Amino acid sequence: MTRTPTVAARTAGPGQRLTLLRRMLLIRRFEERCVELYSAARIRGFMHLYIGEEAVATGVMAALTPDDAVVSTYREHGHALARGVSADAVMAEMFGRVDGCSRGRGGSMHLFDAGARFYGGNAIVGGGLPIAVGLALADALTGRHAVTACFFGDGAVAEGEFHECLNLAALWRLPVLFCCENNQYAMGTALDRAQAVTDLAHRAGSYGMTARAVDGMDVEAVVQAARQAVRAVRGGHGPRFLELQTYRFRAHSMYDSDRYRDKAEIARWKLRDPIELLCARMRGDGQLEAADLAGLDAAVTADVDAAVAFAERSPAEPVTDLTRFVHSERRGTR
Amino acid sequence: MAEMMTLGKALNAGLRKALEDDPKVVIMGEDVGKLGGVFRITDGLQKDFGEDRVMDTPLAESGIVGTAVGLAIRGYRPVCEIQFDGFVFPAYNQIVTQVAKMHYRSLGRLRLPIVIRIPYGGGIGAVEHHSESPEAYFSHTPGLKVVTCSNPSDAYTMIQQAIRSDDPVVFFEPKRRYWEKGEVEFSDFPLHASRVVREGTDATVLAYGPMVKVATDAASAAAEDGRSLEVIDLRTLSPLDLGPVYASVRKTGRCVVVHEAPGNLGLGAEIAARVTEECFYSLEAPVLRVAGYDIPYPAARVEEEYLPDLDRVLDAVDRAFGW
Repeated sequence: MTRTPTVAARTAGPGQRLTLLRRMLLIRRFEERCVELYSAARIRGFMHLYIGEEAVATGVMAALTPDDAVVSTYREHGHALARGVSADAVMAEMFGRVDGCSRGRGGSMHLFDAGARFYGGNAIVGGGLPIAVGLALADALTGRHAVTACFFGDGAVAEGEFHECLNLAALWRLPVLFCCENNQYAMGTALDRAQAVTDLAHRAGSYGMTARAVDGMDVEAVVQAARQAVRAVRGGHGPRFLELQTYRFRAHSMYDSDRYRDKAEIARWKLRDPIELLCARMRGDGQLEAADLAGLDAAVTADVDAAVAFAERSPAEPVTDLTRFVHSERRGTR
Repeated sequence: MAEMMTLGKALNAGLRKALEDDPKVVIMGEDVGKLGGVFRITDGLQKDFGEDRVMDTPLAESGIVGTAVGLAIRGYRPVCEIQFDGFVFPAYNQIVTQVAKMHYRSLGRLRLPIVIRIPYGGGIGAVEHHSESPEAYFSHTPGLKVVTCSNPSDAYTMIQQAIRSDDPVVFFEPKRRYWEKGEVEFSDFPLHASRVVREGTDATVLAYGPMVKVATDAASAAAEDGRSLEVIDLRTLSPLDLGPVYASVRKTGRCVVVHEAPGNLGLGAEIAARVTEECFYSLEAPVLRVAGYDIPYPAARVEEEYLPDLDRVLDAVDRAFGW
């Protein structure tokens, strides 16, 4: 059954709100556990946390169908979980185990799940944009009415690929939803220190596509904006661009001393914690009791516990297999 | 006066000296200013030399290198930092099509004294894009000079020499050695020269960048078994300086080349060919290579399996003796 998008009301129903809340909570608790596991050297490699930005992935994914595609960044644990890649498979990937969504070869920055049409994290800033344009071109050529949602950060706007890809997608009227997660910093460099024009939606608009800025801390605002944009893209009106204004509460990565941000600025953004915001709104509308929240929290914590146990049970790929899949393997040849 | 400092700190000191010595030297790159670079190699330089000389750029590697071409044409000496090895590829077009060819194309009228600094290699628990050794791509391109340092003193000296060079220099920094300390003193030893770092008589081991320590460690281990290895730090990858290598191989009759980059068409292949051409009648065994495997750089969990280590070097030496 295809879901017919309706004009989203400002206030979603209590059922949908609970779903959104649960997804955001899962991402938050999952990553908090990852921090502990990283400190214990159970997770290795680089790791970039999404804490504070959960409303963006959660809101955009809620507007997509399973047929749509997602292209992501290196800060993509939240994207993968919100897209429906199982917490088990993501955690096993973090551990580098064979039951990870990339068989343990990718790790934190390279989550990939073709089944979920989740076409990967990417450690190259802006590297995913051309891939998304290609996916959308393929859909357009084959007449599929699918949308490709392409996530990237504000840092990517400076890359040449950003401009090449917005131009191509607009020129060819491709079904791409560009989702710019503007968390205000390209790693350690503030937006206004890296961009001559900091109104990113305005810049995207210059390529001839409808572009708008959205409060990325308000998950319902994200859902509403994403639904509108997805409807237009699916309807054949070419690409759309959303600038989702958000903030990461933690440092860029586990190695970052975060000395380029003002503590007061971080504290100010934390007052707009997307989970707290939704909870407060639900409480105000009589949709959330303290016990409900505790129950929800216990449930997602149990999911994370199970994911860790799953990851620990999963074996690592034998070192002798490392030479496999450098090239495609036809049956009978190695 | 020799001073003890880490390789990273030595690079910082070398860059500082270059900024002091020549007002046309500018540093540009992602996070090099306020943050001081991911590996803190440019720490404090923007504060002391100002934002016009140590420039934070957007994430635009092609733009960084392309802008440096314009600056160099106008008489500046830009030093571009590429944050990680794998991030150089968006700039590859500019480096290969412009930086390497401008001098040749203008019949020498335009000089491009650009230094492109690239932290490279593995061993820090990272993955692909953050642990790679792409030196062969650049060494293969006529018009570029490619060097790599293996110790703090060379880091301090070579970065200054590279900046003073009138040619574009791709400067590879062994990122896993950033934190290793040594005595630092400016040296007159030429930039494009290899150096015997340990003398020996039984076999010649060639290495560069992060693998020099592995090679000298292997030589120490071999010495305990009564085998004397001569270790040469190549230092310059393009042009190669193989004179000291030929002299060594004519003495030892055996040669092992070590690098982290995949073996297939790596620097070791070129070196093996040239040593064979020059020292054919002195060789007791084929030139052997110890290299990374021909796979994309693997996950952090298994990088120790991928990286050449003491045992693999000693095994190659054994094979050279068993030939």
